[in-house]
Amino acid sequence: MTLSTGHSAALDFAQPEPPDLSSGKYVKLWQGPQHPGITGNMSLELVLDGDTIVSCKTHVGYLHRGFEKLMERRTFIQNFTVVCRIAVPEPTFNEYLYSHAVEEISGIEVPERAIWLRTMNLEMMRLASFLMWIGGQSGAFGQYTVPNWTLAYRDYVLDLFEEMTGARIYHMYIVPGGVRAGLPDGFEERARKIMKGAEKLLDQIERVMFNNVVFKARSKGLGIITPDMVDPYGIVGPNARACGLARDIRKDEPYLAYDRLDFETISGNEPDAYGRAYLRLQETRQSINLIRQCLDHAPTDGPFQADMPNVLHWKVPAGETYVKAECTRGEYGYYMVTDGSEFVRRVHVRGPSYTHAIAVMERLAVGTNIADIAGLMVSLHTYPPEIER
Amino acid sequence: MNLRDLLSPFFVWQRAFEKPYTSIRPTIDRPGAPAYRGFHINVSEECVGCGSCHSICQNHAIDMVPVAEFEGRTGDSGLRPRFDYGRCCWCGLCVDICTAASLRMSNEYAWISEDPDEFHFTAGIDDKPWQNNEHGYRRAEGYHLYPPKRIEMEMLSPDVSVQSFEEVARGYSEAQAKLEADRCVECGICVATCPAHMDVPDYIHSIRDGDYEKGLQLMYRTNPFPATCGRICTRRCESVCPVGILGEPVAIRWLKRFIVDQVDAQDYQRILNDQIIESGHRVAIIGAGPGGLSAAYYLRKKGHAVTVFEAGETAGGMLRYGVPSYRLPDADLDKDIAYIVSLGVDIRYNTRIGKDIEFEQLLQDYDAVFLSTGLSVPSNMRIQGEDHARVLSGLQVLADVASGRDPGIGRQVAVIGGGNVAMDAARVSRRLGADVTILYRRRIADMPADAEEIHESQEEGCNIVPQAIPVEITTADNPQQVSIKWGEAEMVQDPKGGRPRPVLQEDRMHTDTYDCIISAIGQGSDLDFLSKENQQQLAIEWGKFTPGEYQQSALQKVFVGGDVANRTADAISAIEDGHHAARGIERLLNPDEFTTTQTDNTGELT
Repeated sequence: MTLSTGHSAALDFAQPEPPDLSSGKYVKLWQGPQHPGITGNMSLELVLDGDTIVSCKTHVGYLHRGFEKLMERRTFIQNFTVVCRIAVPEPTFNEYLYSHAVEEISGIEVPERAIWLRTMNLEMMRLASFLMWIGGQSGAFGQYTVPNWTLAYRDYVLDLFEEMTGARIYHMYIVPGGVRAGLPDGFEERARKIMKGAEKLLDQIERVMFNNVVFKARSKGLGIITPDMVDPYGIVGPNARACGLARDIRKDEPYLAYDRLDFETISGNEPDAYGRAYLRLQETRQSINLIRQCLDHAPTDGPFQADMPNVLHWKVPAGETYVKAECTRGEYGYYMVTDGSEFVRRVHVRGPSYTHAIAVMERLAVGTNIADIAGLMVSLHTYPPEIER
Repeated sequence: MNLRDLLSPFFVWQRAFEKPYTSIRPTIDRPGAPAYRGFHINVSEECVGCGSCHSICQNHAIDMVPVAEFEGRTGDSGLRPRFDYGRCCWCGLCVDICTAASLRMSNEYAWISEDPDEFHFTAGIDDKPWQNNEHGYRRAEGYHLYPPKRIEMEMLSPDVSVQSFEEVARGYSEAQAKLEADRCVECGICVATCPAHMDVPDYIHSIRDGDYEKGLQLMYRTNPFPATCGRICTRRCESVCPVGILGEPVAIRWLKRFIVDQVDAQDYQRILNDQIIESGHRVAIIGAGPGGLSAAYYLRKKGHAVTVFEAGETAGGMLRYGVPSYRLPDADLDKDIAYIVSLGVDIRYNTRIGKDIEFEQLLQDYDAVFLSTGLSVPSNMRIQGEDHARVLSGLQVLADVASGRDPGIGRQVAVIGGGNVAMDAARVSRRLGADVTILYRRRIADMPADAEEIHESQEEGCNIVPQAIPVEITTADNPQQVSIKWGEAEMVQDPKGGRPRPVLQEDRMHTDTYDCIISAIGQGSDLDFLSKENQQQLAIEWGKFTPGEYQQSALQKVFVGGDVANRTADAISAIEDGHHAARGIERLLNPDEFTTTQTDNTGELT
């Protein structure tokens, strides 16, 4: 197998010898499943030598809700109200990918207006998710001012979601065939105002959080992902881009209206927690820019939904597809198989946290200080709910 | 470490002077966004209880419950959605699918109650504080979860259709029928409204499944004239179809026709598999119209020996003589009749009761009699000169054409009347090459004829003159012609609130001359074959029977049905009368075995 980075031979995937716990030299410590430093319900089984982690084992399974199975028992229209719950902070990507998979199998062409509204919706979602993440990263290193700012400001973005979609968290806006409504009156003006405020906030955060001696001291050099790790581990999104790889599905394989938006893939050259954080700050700004472009270009009239069959007895033809989109953490994918009945045969949801929070975390944790483990985990930007579905 | 990184964080203090994000008093209510998905509102007056909300809800959070004030309404199931907020996930799909757009949501965020039962409520019936909330989630204009427009039936263009008696409606293709069948929301309001209670959602379902044999079986359970009704039914079902509230109703009639058109007449015996076990009882039926033959079918299925007495040369009654073949081709009517006859129904043609055989004789010879002689006598216009030789009756013209005779109408024809017979007579005249003027005393909107027939007759070049009251018929200069004096009418509101009345305007009179005038203002019954004594016993009023339970008349052995015994006077009502009378006769003949819910040999309810 050839890997684009070409360094895989140097990586050692062998399981290290387990530390001899009976030697009295080590302490075994569980972080999670209930722990504020963990990004959701999962746990890290840590073995410490003093303050230093010598082994880390990740455990998931606390958040398994069986969505993929639930979907096999619901009709195609009912499922779009279920999928948003798979990843709480980024429900919209699930709505989009589910709808897109169904549309692709049944050959439904989504109208232009819906394409733009979907793009804007996804970028708004990225913005809201990044705002929450910035707060998390700052808080994980003990700085609690920034979380207060960003989580409060995220609510303004949620206000926009509420106006646009009728709900703050589980929007259920992107529906197979298009979207559920156009933009309400005055939305553009309010959105632009909130974008302006967000930009100002990000400048302030840069001064307070990034140009900060403590943050730098704790995050620089923490959790270095080398380019040769990227392909073997399946690392995607900002985690991969921070080590210099310009990989962004929005640019490489454009979907929705991304091929008509003016933006460049952002990549960095500092593959540590600081570099990743700074890259995400830039991507947050990029999202604001893209939302503005969507506001400029989105058609204000015309259909926002394709002609649909009666959803009460909608049978999607037999087929299979894999669809993907660039969420804040990287490639988010849906694999769908249909058998021509009123129900989906199988859906597999693959979020980027699957590798980031399990395999990558186990590797990066070794050798770090126990105090930095929460910061490291947040710097990988993981969502346990999407690992387990 | 550089000095900038040490000082820069102190910038946080600047924020101390900015307006905080949070409000000092968090109790101040901020209203939800105008389209927020809050609590459910149902405008119960607009709701028809179709239950689509219940069908689409993935959480089974909606039950359809009976609400007394809406029970028994036409086109209304009498049910209203009851919400269980222990299950609801506020996705709003119920609002999206609502066929009447009566279901909405308020933009309320919170609702607090100490009583858990409060969270289980019938929206719009149980009083809730948000019921009149102006804002909240509504289905957006242009957003549909089922296609609102029906699949157009291909029709002969009017300039082609007037050239011949070829069927105007061409029928759906399989793809078209499947698309149209897809639009059904399976509420069943049509079943309740159909006089025969045909199982519409299920036979439409059979189209989606491509199982037309099952569709045929389902239709024969309540209607042995599906090929006919699939073409000319008055389709009250479509007038109540909830899909038609905001869009166009499902084309139920055309779908019925589609099923029959897919099945070959030779396969009926195998598919319907009517096993007959002779009962030994004998039943006489007077009139081989839809009512009589429907009764014959269901009686024969019960094993009774059935004899039908028909005055005419062929079976079908008004379907044969009153409905022109461009609407109902003979072949399709024959398809229905042939199957009924194939079960062993004995039809005695050219046998008129009272002339060839006495009614009393039937009462003696048979265990029961079903009487459905229909309305065969044209009503008079009650104006002077109407016995003129060039005044023809609409029924006669139609019957002549149906029997292949030339009615001799000439080139210039006036049709008086606004019902289906008038439209048929006018369209038949167009096909015979005449220029047609239709005079009707009220407005076009008041015409009792089917809107579709009115539209098509106009398309075919019939000139409708509304608000025109015939006053007198006079002899024209040419003995082959006839003149009609008619006056314009003004519509005057009825002070009692009834429908507006046309009032003749004496100063606006016209006299026109035509080759013939076709009078089609209604028809009455001919019950002269009954003796005075019988007529009294049978309680006939205005030439019509008033049947009791199971179409039974005042004479225990005599059951009545069809146009002569109902007010709607259409084929589907006659068919149901026949079916219902068959149940009544079964009750009379086998009182011990009779139950109100009967099953046929497959165990299905009949």
